[in-house]
Amino acid sequence: MIKTLTKSIRQYKSRAILTPVIMVGEAAMEILIPFMMTKLIAVIEAASEAGTGLTMNDVYSILMYGGIMLAMAIVSLTCGILGGKLASEASAGFVANLRDDMYDHIQTYSFANIDRFSAASLITRMTTDATNVQNAFQMSIRMLVRAPVLFLFAAIMSFVINPGIAWIFIVAAIVLGLVMFILMRRVQPNFREMFKKYDKLNSVAQENLTAIRVVKSYVLEDEEIEKYQKATQDVFEYSVRAERIMALIMPAVQIVIYGTMIILLAVGGVNIIGGGMGVSDLTGLLSYSTQILSGVMMVAMVLTFIAMARPAMDRISEVLEEKSTIVNPEDPVTEVRDGSVDFEDVSFAYVKDAEADVLQNVSFHIRSGETIGIIGSTGSSKSTLVSLIPRLYDVKSGSVKVGGRDVREYDVEALRNAVAMVLQKNVLFSGSVAENLRWGNENATQEELEAAAKQACADEFIEQLPGRYEYDLGQGGVNVSGGQKQRLCIARALLKKPKILILDDSTSAVDTKTDAKIRAALREHAPEVTKIIIAQRIASVQDSDRIMILDAGRIAAFGTHDELMKSNELYRGIYLSQNKGGDEDGTAE
Amino acid sequence: MAQPNNAAAFGRGHGPRGKVKLSGNEKMVFRRLMKYMFLEHKGKFILASILIIVSALASIGGSAFLGIFVDSYVLPLKGQADPDYSAFVGALCLMGGIFLAGALCTYLCNRIMIVVAQGTLRRLRNEMFSHMQTLPLKFFDTNTHGALMSRFTNDTDVLRQMLSQTIPQLISSSVTILGALVMMIFYSITLTLVALVFVAGMLAITQSLAKRSGKFFLGQQSSLGAVNGYIEEMMSGQKVVKVFCHEEQAKERFHALNEELRRNATKANVITNVIGPISNNIGYIQYIVVAFVAALLAMGGTWAAVSPYGWIQGLSGALSLGAIVSFLTFVRSFNMPIQQITQQFNSIVMAFAGAERIFEILDAVPEDEGGNVTLVKVTEEDGEYREEENSEIWAWKVPEGEGFRYELLKGDIRFYGVTFGYEEGKTVLHDISLYAKPGQKIAFVGSTGAGKTTITNLINRFYDIQSGMITYDGINIRDIRKSDLRRSLGTVLQDTHLFTGTVMDNIRYSRMDATDEECIEAAVLANADPFIRNFPQGYQTMLTADGANLSQGQRQLLSIARAMVSRCPVLILDEATSSIDTHTEALIEKGMDKLMEGRTVFVIAHRLSTVRNSHAIMVLEHGVIIERGNHEQLIAQKGKYYQLYTGAFELE
Repeated sequence: MIKTLTKSIRQYKSRAILTPVIMVGEAAMEILIPFMMTKLIAVIEAASEAGTGLTMNDVYSILMYGGIMLAMAIVSLTCGILGGKLASEASAGFVANLRDDMYDHIQTYSFANIDRFSAASLITRMTTDATNVQNAFQMSIRMLVRAPVLFLFAAIMSFVINPGIAWIFIVAAIVLGLVMFILMRRVQPNFREMFKKYDKLNSVAQENLTAIRVVKSYVLEDEEIEKYQKATQDVFEYSVRAERIMALIMPAVQIVIYGTMIILLAVGGVNIIGGGMGVSDLTGLLSYSTQILSGVMMVAMVLTFIAMARPAMDRISEVLEEKSTIVNPEDPVTEVRDGSVDFEDVSFAYVKDAEADVLQNVSFHIRSGETIGIIGSTGSSKSTLVSLIPRLYDVKSGSVKVGGRDVREYDVEALRNAVAMVLQKNVLFSGSVAENLRWGNENATQEELEAAAKQACADEFIEQLPGRYEYDLGQGGVNVSGGQKQRLCIARALLKKPKILILDDSTSAVDTKTDAKIRAALREHAPEVTKIIIAQRIASVQDSDRIMILDAGRIAAFGTHDELMKSNELYRGIYLSQNKGGDEDGTAE
Repeated sequence: MAQPNNAAAFGRGHGPRGKVKLSGNEKMVFRRLMKYMFLEHKGKFILASILIIVSALASIGGSAFLGIFVDSYVLPLKGQADPDYSAFVGALCLMGGIFLAGALCTYLCNRIMIVVAQGTLRRLRNEMFSHMQTLPLKFFDTNTHGALMSRFTNDTDVLRQMLSQTIPQLISSSVTILGALVMMIFYSITLTLVALVFVAGMLAITQSLAKRSGKFFLGQQSSLGAVNGYIEEMMSGQKVVKVFCHEEQAKERFHALNEELRRNATKANVITNVIGPISNNIGYIQYIVVAFVAALLAMGGTWAAVSPYGWIQGLSGALSLGAIVSFLTFVRSFNMPIQQITQQFNSIVMAFAGAERIFEILDAVPEDEGGNVTLVKVTEEDGEYREEENSEIWAWKVPEGEGFRYELLKGDIRFYGVTFGYEEGKTVLHDISLYAKPGQKIAFVGSTGAGKTTITNLINRFYDIQSGMITYDGINIRDIRKSDLRRSLGTVLQDTHLFTGTVMDNIRYSRMDATDEECIEAAVLANADPFIRNFPQGYQTMLTADGANLSQGQRQLLSIARAMVSRCPVLILDEATSSIDTHTEALIEKGMDKLMEGRTVFVIAHRLSTVRNSHAIMVLEHGVIIERGNHEQLIAQKGKYYQLYTGAFELE
């Protein structure tokens, strides 16, 4: 997991390594300065005890130590600033890379991969989780080397001052480390649990926001509030539980530090009384005691940070390690010969261990340039069937062929450029009409845009928009109505100049007349394109060359309108119920 | 919408000369925030404050003792042949006791503050959510979900740090600073003055840095927002990206936004990172100078005899070595809290911005509750109505003079010259008059944007009309309590929304006291039962918000089942069957008939077969009813409806 993440450090590697090195410099100065301090005090002490007052030599000594200390402070300051700068560059850069990598990797995802992660969870992973990792990483490179070094230096210095007493620190550090370790272990599962509850809390709020109209319609505000309050209560309880353990850290540290000081005073005091030690030695040791133990504490704090960022790290590497279920073959075919489609004994299920397949042993042949209508009841797998053609999903068994070759032999991009699909749940993006249309063809000229819009019957309302093709559609295309959106989506697909065009219930919000006009335009301007149209209205498909009726994942019938009217009870029933006027109401239920 | 305010908050965070000063507005935000903390936890908060003070005093006391200890208990024993250690040991025990008490206070205070901080956050979140439920739809129309969600996440998160860490830190630091200062003055005024000069410098530098970092933090947050928004849009359209092989272009824009975020994050963090080392090293230099001056003062006694500098002694008297040790300890314990405070500047600035954004939601004006006509259950006895909890008959309780009048709930809805626009000056509906008698099915037909959905939005008072009147069983809907009005209307929207929970829960959503049997019955009528039973756990299958793996049509069937469970006398079906194929629609027709039986129904549909058997069909265009009548009448009229209807057969 760590390896997956650290791959993203890349150009910031030198900074990430340099930062701890520079931090060691700062740590060294932080140790040496108090050491010089004791030297300086020792000079004064000696002079004081001799009772002779300061000699010129003493003055020089004091000035020398002061000067050295000043130089050290400047070095420390330089290291500190440099380290701080490098650390933030490294961590912000690393996480920016991480976000880029996540985003790029998501682009390789297949539909099956996308279904596994919800959009909301991907967003959290790229923002909140990434920020947590950034903080933990910065903390690590600044402190994780510095703190142990600080500890080590301070320990060495205290041994230099008085080896007979310095062992106290070693014992104290071990005790403190042990206490920290135990607390960390105990707090981790609590944090993990807390983050889960926190996710839940956010999802309740998110759902409420998207469904606010339903909530208000059914006057369920109170139930929603109750649901939310239960979630906040959970977060409260788990946070308190986790933080209570964390609350032990500070007092534990205090007790160890103060305990060490008292032992130091006891042993040191006895030694001074016995004449084995100077006051300055004790002062020096006291100041090191804080540093040694704060070194241990810092390591513990960094570990806490890492522990807290651990769930975030897990979630990010999940995104990065997800293998796309659809990959290009070794030696891909880049040219789609024609728009013929073959299904050979195709079965499919969205999840591996599903009880029943959503498509079962489907076989058919569509000639290049044919227009095919598909109808079928809700949940009969119409959308599923067509999504296999541009290889949005891979079949479970059997084979889907486009242009006479298995779709798995094609370069995915080449295949999808040849197969334009207008999804049932279609989306426009922020930006102008022209920008959105150019998704179909980046280099489309204005004339081409207008031609495609005309075929999709979108030209009329585009002309009405302020700024026409430069009109901003707003996020998700909120500034146009449902029917207009669908027409823009069709125009966008047409601009791809595909060999196969799939319209998955793409005119449901378009009135019947316009719907017919669009189909007529397609027939006229794109006769060589294979057109597959899923629709609810028979009127939308009855002029197709052939019509496929799907029922529970199987082909119930496949033929021309006239054939089906003759042979298929179901089709005739639907046709009558949709098309006949009042006089025949009695017979057709 | 919130962004500019946010920016303003950051701007206000710092006074004109770079000092972190509170403007009037921020003082208010601060006071209000404190009130939230106090409201529920007054006792706890006071107790915690006392504990912090005791703990800080213990730490100061301990340090003070450290100084006296060498002079009073160690040096006197020095050189004695047989020193008496009893006082020495006693002093150590006393010191240990003080330290232990300090640690204990710290622990207790931390424990209490966790509950106070988390409790305050819980309260703020709950209040924010509850308040949000009362806001009118207009509020949700004008604020993006992303912006609202960040109030619940980012903005409350920054408060957490401020509440549980910064505030205790500030209290404790102030006590330590004050205590250390008193002790320092006690030892030597001269040295204290020397130390203070450096403190002033330290504060000046860090404050100007904090001011700059505030600017960069704002930059970081706003580019984080931009990245967030972009991801949100692209992720929800990810499948379209795939279908159009638009991956590379999608990457390009993301990389640009991400690079912008990286730059701002780096800048903001550099400053935060260097504040520490800078104040630290100023502290060192201060230490050096103080030590040097202290040494001179210590020498003062001897110097006075041999040099003209005897005046130094006159200033503060000669310092003992023990006093120097103490003083230097105090300098450190004086600097430490100041450094800690300087490092909290950012958290304070950010927390205020967060709090302000939270208060923005809390201050948003809620939807009014409507009138005082309420919905009650009644029984009839000799033409007199009596309220009865267990009855199945609903009636409006209309206040009249001193008493009440009961009006049976029938589902009679009338529009009288209704004019409406979502924004002022942009009229969407013009002078609409219509009536729907109890049990009638009224259909609205027309192109998108003609105002069909708007009409239904007015019936349940999602929006209020500008002129005209809408009555429900003869009562102006303005006089009816909103919750009761909506309770009496069953609505199925085109955009189906499922909630995380079981299939059963989702169906029951329209009437929480419906039994399992009622829910299943509704699912059967809506033809949702077969596919539900195909799920591994049937009705107990958990659905997520996205309702993954349910087709659009299946989701609509669930919504219809949901409406069937409710027992509302008036139904609004807004494109409720648009994604359901006509075959399935025919299958559920019986169910739909049963659903509509005896109910007033408003139907919006593109599919004319859906609306054909309505009692009245309204053809809308540009917010005006241009034709009305039943199917036969409209066909005979050979107007717009006729065109729409025959359009379907144009190619026959």
